[in-house]
Amino acid sequence: MTDWQWLLIDFFQALAAGLLVGGTYGLMCVGLGIIFGVMRVVNFAHGDFMMLGMYVAYYLVTGFGVLVFLGPYIGPVVGAALAGPVVYVIGWLLHKYLISRVTGARVISAEAEGHYAQIILTLGIALVLANGGLILFGSTPLSVQTPLSRESWEIGLIFINQARAVSFVMAVICAIGLYLFLTRTYLGKALRAAADNPIAAAYVGIDVDRSHRIAFGLGVGITAIAGGLFAMSQSFQPYIGFDFVIVMYAGVVLGGMGSILGAFWGGLTIGLVQQMSTLVLPYQLQNTAIFVVFLIIIFFRPQGMFGRVWERT
Amino acid sequence: MSGKRRAYMRQYAAIAIFVVFYLAIGFVVRNSYYQLIMTLVLIWATMGLGWNMLSGYSGMISFGHAAFFGLGAYTVTIAFVKFGMTPWLGIPLGVLVGVIAGVLIGIPTFRLRGHYFALSMLAYPLAMLYVFEWLGYQEVSLPMKRENPIAYMQFTDQRTYMVISMIVMVACMIISLHVERSRFGRSLLAIKQNQPAAEAAGINAMRWKMFAMMLSAGMAAAAGGLYAIILLVVTPQTVFGALVSAQALIVALFGGVGIFWGPVIGSAILIPLAETLNAELGHILPGIQGVVYGLAIIVIVLVAPDGIYWKVRDRVMARRATPAKVGAQPRLVEQIAVATDAALVPRPAFGQPILQLDGVSRSFGGLKAIDDVTLSVPEGVIYGIIGPNGAGKTTLFNILNGFLVADKGSMRFAGEDIGGLKPHKVCALGVGRTFQVVRSFSRMTVLENVVIGAFVGSKTDDEAERLAYEALERVGLADQQAHALAGGLTTKQLRLMELARALAPRPKLLLLDETLAGLGHDELEDILPIIRQVNRESVTIVIIEHTMHAMVKLADHFSVLDHGRLIASGTPADVVRNPAVIEAYLGKKWMDRAKDQVA
Repeated sequence: MTDWQWLLIDFFQALAAGLLVGGTYGLMCVGLGIIFGVMRVVNFAHGDFMMLGMYVAYYLVTGFGVLVFLGPYIGPVVGAALAGPVVYVIGWLLHKYLISRVTGARVISAEAEGHYAQIILTLGIALVLANGGLILFGSTPLSVQTPLSRESWEIGLIFINQARAVSFVMAVICAIGLYLFLTRTYLGKALRAAADNPIAAAYVGIDVDRSHRIAFGLGVGITAIAGGLFAMSQSFQPYIGFDFVIVMYAGVVLGGMGSILGAFWGGLTIGLVQQMSTLVLPYQLQNTAIFVVFLIIIFFRPQGMFGRVWERT
Repeated sequence: MSGKRRAYMRQYAAIAIFVVFYLAIGFVVRNSYYQLIMTLVLIWATMGLGWNMLSGYSGMISFGHAAFFGLGAYTVTIAFVKFGMTPWLGIPLGVLVGVIAGVLIGIPTFRLRGHYFALSMLAYPLAMLYVFEWLGYQEVSLPMKRENPIAYMQFTDQRTYMVISMIVMVACMIISLHVERSRFGRSLLAIKQNQPAAEAAGINAMRWKMFAMMLSAGMAAAAGGLYAIILLVVTPQTVFGALVSAQALIVALFGGVGIFWGPVIGSAILIPLAETLNAELGHILPGIQGVVYGLAIIVIVLVAPDGIYWKVRDRVMARRATPAKVGAQPRLVEQIAVATDAALVPRPAFGQPILQLDGVSRSFGGLKAIDDVTLSVPEGVIYGIIGPNGAGKTTLFNILNGFLVADKGSMRFAGEDIGGLKPHKVCALGVGRTFQVVRSFSRMTVLENVVIGAFVGSKTDDEAERLAYEALERVGLADQQAHALAGGLTTKQLRLMELARALAPRPKLLLLDETLAGLGHDELEDILPIIRQVNRESVTIVIIEHTMHAMVKLADHFSVLDHGRLIASGTPADVVRNPAVIEAYLGKKWMDRAKDQVA
């Protein structure tokens, strides 16, 4: 085969990998997008909730082996799915006792001040989760054992990792499920109303604080599922969250802040950027490529990210 | 002025006492590990001071100060290892590199506000981290120089490092002190509280932010350079890692935001705590340090959101403070009221046009917020612009003072074309403005609030203070309220303070945005004479209101804006009888009904 044919194969290989990784990224971004969309809170701890999801899946599948009876194929996928509810509860509690004190109806009047406190608070939670994780789980990199991650399907000359493919399918199913929840159910509509205008929502009888709590739990839960899926093909340690915060924000901003479906496409694009960058850049710089793309997006698409450029004078 | 010097001397004395005590303890302590911790306290305090310089004063939260810290550390290390440059030169070089990086990062990033600024700042150090790993600088050690250690900043006595770090930190403290007390710091504070208001008061936000960024980055780079010298090993994780940025923010926040003692207090409490815990428990509980930092900022945000310094200070002040003196100013107000009775006589002629708008339009998407507005404001007039809510009144002001750029049309002020000028430039030409929503700087005194407005009209800080005092006299706040905290003022007093802020640089034209809104009848009676008096002292006034009753008493000339268009213009008496105006206010249905009744 000639050089350019090899190049072409490399290209399609990266494209396939990008799409598959991107699906999982997309789901992570959807989780973050819900929180930002509904609460207008920048959650710096979001990556650490993903990390928690990874460890929950790990302990369910490998550590305690609760799900061994499901076998090596189904077990990890179910483990990832179960990470969602577990982390939902953690997020719900954190919101009730900490985050609600600096968000929601209480700070609508003091908008800028509120943001300040929110960013600091979630950074504090991130530090506690990451370092608490180090204490609880140790620093050894782990991964969820499944034969899927070592097997591939061959399509022509391109290899599709089975674990990634399964994650992709799961991620898409979750994202669609979430979309239906938000558009078809009463609770989902209430969440969107609270997102759109918290004051008006409160006037028509929606409990904004409760909506926020559900949104926060849902957001971290969804991302935990994505983390659990990701854990099948990627090793992780307690500090993994920080790197992913930027990856996730890049996706959410790209998709348009506040748009849930947009966040999925944004995450997918980020996955593509990351994998395709390896075609031209050294492997170690793939995250740098994401950061650069993130900065470019933030600079050149400020509309729809700022909301209003000038606060009302 | 001597009071100001005394305040400086007090701070210097406090710093000197701190230095003496700290070094005395440092010299008594024998254990070199404790000496190292004491040195690290100083380095992180320097880092915190760097963070505070930008984020504490200007309110733009940075999560990326590790970028400057890391560049400082790597500059020193690489200059030493590759080129044999001594850290005595390497640290200054590192500071220079940090400052340049600050400028390069600042130029694009200052366009962003709030969340987006914080998030994008987070990306810089992480991007650099991977780049340095990829370049092969995973772990660089500084070689030992046995022949001439002092020339290479290598001392056997730990305390020497402590002294060097102390010098750097004290330098940063003094720089911060002077920034805080000067127009630099005041301007940053104004930007932090309300950037549009600050710009309208003539403050060049971009310029001050950039200066803050440069100083801030330089301090962080100095801290990074010292860190490399003391630990002798540099890895991308330890200097560019997210924990480094977090630590800068944490010591500053914990100790106190926007005050140079803050980072020092925060560092002196948290670093020994975290280091000792790490040393004692680190082998059983590896991340204990991070958990402590995390808990520290969670607790601080919930309990004392501005940090320990302010919490303690507010407590002390509350105990010491006498109740704020509130109350009207009978003497001055009466005086003015007497003076203005004469002014109620209609004045015949006004001067040349001072402000001319010709066909000014501005759309937002499909909405024409301002549609082909042409008007001319003669010098010396009180020109009222009225219109229902959403008519485009505030938008018109935003175009006039440069917040928004008109899509079409031209604007001339005192003969000069002001179309497309930035707000602080428009202000410098002599156009003052107040806002619909008063935002005071609540922790500052009334006088300090007004001083911010006076900067644009003055060369020195003393002159600014004089102008501010003069403006306060003009609105009748000078006697009792000048040194009261703005947080305790009534709505009327806040309106007057804002008026004084706009008056301080002695503008020729004043744009008042619903200054009368939300005032009771008696308060109106107090404030109207003051506005008339200001006008008589050769300030042309354009005032916006959506209610007519107060305006009828005040304005010489009315223009009515509806759906962005000028629908009427003339003397107040003519305008209130204009059918188009009645329709705009009451709707067509009422108009028809009114007609029916007449018929």
